[in-house]
Amino acid sequence: MSIATTLIRPDRAQRKAARDSARVFRQKASPVSTGILIIGAIYCLFPVFWVLMASSKDSSELFSTFTLMPSTHLWDNIIELSQYRDGLFWRWVLNTAIYAGVGALASTWISAICGYVLAKFEFPGKKIVFSILLMGVLVPGVILAIPQYFLLAEVGLTNTMWSVLLPQIISPYGIYLARIYAAASVPTEVIEASRTEGAGELYIFNRIALPMMGPGLVTIFLFQFVAVWNNFMLPYIMLGDDQLFPVTVGLSGLLNQGASAPSMYTLVITGALLSIIPLIIMFLVLQRYWKVDLAAGAVKA
Amino acid sequence: MTVTEAPVATRSSTPPVRRGRGTFRTRVLVPYAMLAPGIILFVAFMAAPIVYTLFLSFQKTKVSGLGLGAGARSTVFAGIDNYVTTLTNTEFGASVGRVLLYGFILIPLMLGLALLFALLLDSRRTRAAGFSRTAIFLPYAVPAVISSLLWGFLYLPAVSPFYFVFDTLGWDVPSLLSAGGVTFAIANIALWGGVGFNMIVMYTSLKSVPSDIYEAAKLDGASEVQIALRIKVPIIAPAIVMTALFSMVATLQVFAEPTTLRPLTNSLSTSWSPLMLVYRDAFTRDDIYSAAATSIVIALVTFAFSFLFLRVVQKRAFGQED
Repeated sequence: MSIATTLIRPDRAQRKAARDSARVFRQKASPVSTGILIIGAIYCLFPVFWVLMASSKDSSELFSTFTLMPSTHLWDNIIELSQYRDGLFWRWVLNTAIYAGVGALASTWISAICGYVLAKFEFPGKKIVFSILLMGVLVPGVILAIPQYFLLAEVGLTNTMWSVLLPQIISPYGIYLARIYAAASVPTEVIEASRTEGAGELYIFNRIALPMMGPGLVTIFLFQFVAVWNNFMLPYIMLGDDQLFPVTVGLSGLLNQGASAPSMYTLVITGALLSIIPLIIMFLVLQRYWKVDLAAGAVKA
Repeated sequence: MTVTEAPVATRSSTPPVRRGRGTFRTRVLVPYAMLAPGIILFVAFMAAPIVYTLFLSFQKTKVSGLGLGAGARSTVFAGIDNYVTTLTNTEFGASVGRVLLYGFILIPLMLGLALLFALLLDSRRTRAAGFSRTAIFLPYAVPAVISSLLWGFLYLPAVSPFYFVFDTLGWDVPSLLSAGGVTFAIANIALWGGVGFNMIVMYTSLKSVPSDIYEAAKLDGASEVQIALRIKVPIIAPAIVMTALFSMVATLQVFAEPTTLRPLTNSLSTSWSPLMLVYRDAFTRDDIYSAAATSIVIALVTFAFSFLFLRVVQKRAFGQED
C-alpha cells in the first residue's frame, strides 16, 4: 500500500522525506533562543521568589539581612496577619472571592445568553443592539468609575458589595466573544429539534447551548475574573468600610500605614504572598484555556 | 402559524432560525427578554454614566450670597467653561506629558519583548519552552496593586538586591524612586505584568498558522530568522495591532500602579496621571464638574488615538494585500 502510494505520488513522498529531515535538523537545540527565554522567565519569577523570601522575615530582618536570604518567621507572620484586627485580611480574601468569582460567573452567564441570542436569533433591531454593545468595547471602563459612583450614590448603593459587583457584570467584550463561540459551536438544527419537542427557550439555552459553548465560556470567565480582580479604582472609589474591601484595596491601605508604622510592611508582604498563591494555582490548572485570539475578526470588521 | 413556504427552504438558510413561522411573541419578545439582563446592565452601568458625565461636564456650582444654607448653592449651565479650564490647566498638561513619556518607554519595549518571546517559543529549536511560557505569563495573575507593591519594595535601596550588589561594588546608582526615575519604575511594573499576556496573544496567533508555509520557505533555503521576520511577523500583524491598541488604551488610564507606589516615594504627586487628577478633583476637591469634563477629554483622546492608530496601521499592514 505504501509502495503504491510512493509510486503514484512520488512528489508527496519526496516532500514528506524532506519534511522529516527538516524536522530532524530542527531538533538541534538553540542555546541562544532558549537562553533568552530563560532570562525572561527569571525576570518574571524574580519578584515572586523575592516575596516568598521576604515573607519569612520578621520586621527587623526585612531591612537588615540580605534581601534574598530566607528566614524562619513565615508562620509567625501568617499568624500575625491573621490576628490583625480579628482576621480582617481573611475577610478581604473572602470579599475578593465574592467580587471576582460571583461577578465573573454572573458576567459569563449574561455574556453567554446575549451572545447566543445575537448569534442564533433573527429579530428586528438585532444589528443596532449588536453595534451599540460593540461600541461598549471601546469605552475605557475606568473612565466610568466616577460617574458610576455618583449614580449609585443617588440610590444609596455606594459602600455596599453591590456597588463593586454590579458595574462589572456587563462585559461588551465577553458578549462579543460569546457571539463568536455560539455561532461556531451551537448547530441551528439542534435548537430547531429541541423546539419541535416543545422545550422552552431558556431551557434550550441553559441545558443545550450553554454546555456546547463550554470551553469558550471558561475563557470568558477567566478574562472577567482577572478584570475584576485587577480593577483597583472601582472598589477604591466605591467602598469606605474596610470590612468590604477586596485584598488589593486593603493591602494598599496597609502599605499607606506602613509609612508611620514599619512593622506593617511585614504584614503587607505576607498578605501579598498569600493573595497571589491561589491565583497562581488557578492559572496553572486552567492554563490550556488561555488561547487568547484577540484579533479574530476584530481587525477585519 | 401559516406555513405556506416550503419548510425545507427555511432550513437551508441557516441563521434565521424561525423565519416565516413565528408570532410576534416568539419573534420579538423572546429574544429581547433573553437580552434584557444584558441590556439593562449596559444602560445602567455604561450608557447612563456616560450621559451623566456629559451632563455634569456642562454644569457648575453657583454660590449666591455667603454660600450658607440650603438654597445658597445651585448648579447652573456652564457651557464649555469646564473644558476650557481642563485644557488650560497646566497640571493636566503635565500629567498627559508624563503618561505619554511612560507610554513611549513601555509600549515598544513590552510589545517588542512579547513578539521576541512569542517567536522564540514558536521556534522548534527552543528548549524548556513550556516552562518559560508559563513563567512569563504568570505575572498576569498578579493584580497591578500587588505587583506595584512587590516592585515598590524591590526599588527601596534597603531591600533591593541590585543596590546590594552595586553597594558592594562601590557604585553610586540613582534611585528609581527619585523624580527622574519614577516613570521608568512604573513602566517596569507594567512591563512585568503585561509582557506575558501580549506574548500569549501573539503566540496563539502564530499557532493558528498552518506550518506548511514554513516548510515551503525552509525548502527554499530561508533561515529561521528570515522565516520569523518575513513570514511570521506579517502573518500575525493583526494580533500585534490589537495588542498595541489595548496597550495604548491601558496606558492612558494608568492609575493603580502610581497610586500604590505613592507611600514609598515623594516623587509622585496626586496628579501624576490624568486619571489620578480626575480622582483628586472629584473626591478631594469636591469639584465633580471639572472632573467630569476631564474624564470626557481623556475618553475622547483615547478614542482619537485608537482610531488614528488603526487607520495608519491598517493602511500600512493590510493595504498591500489588496
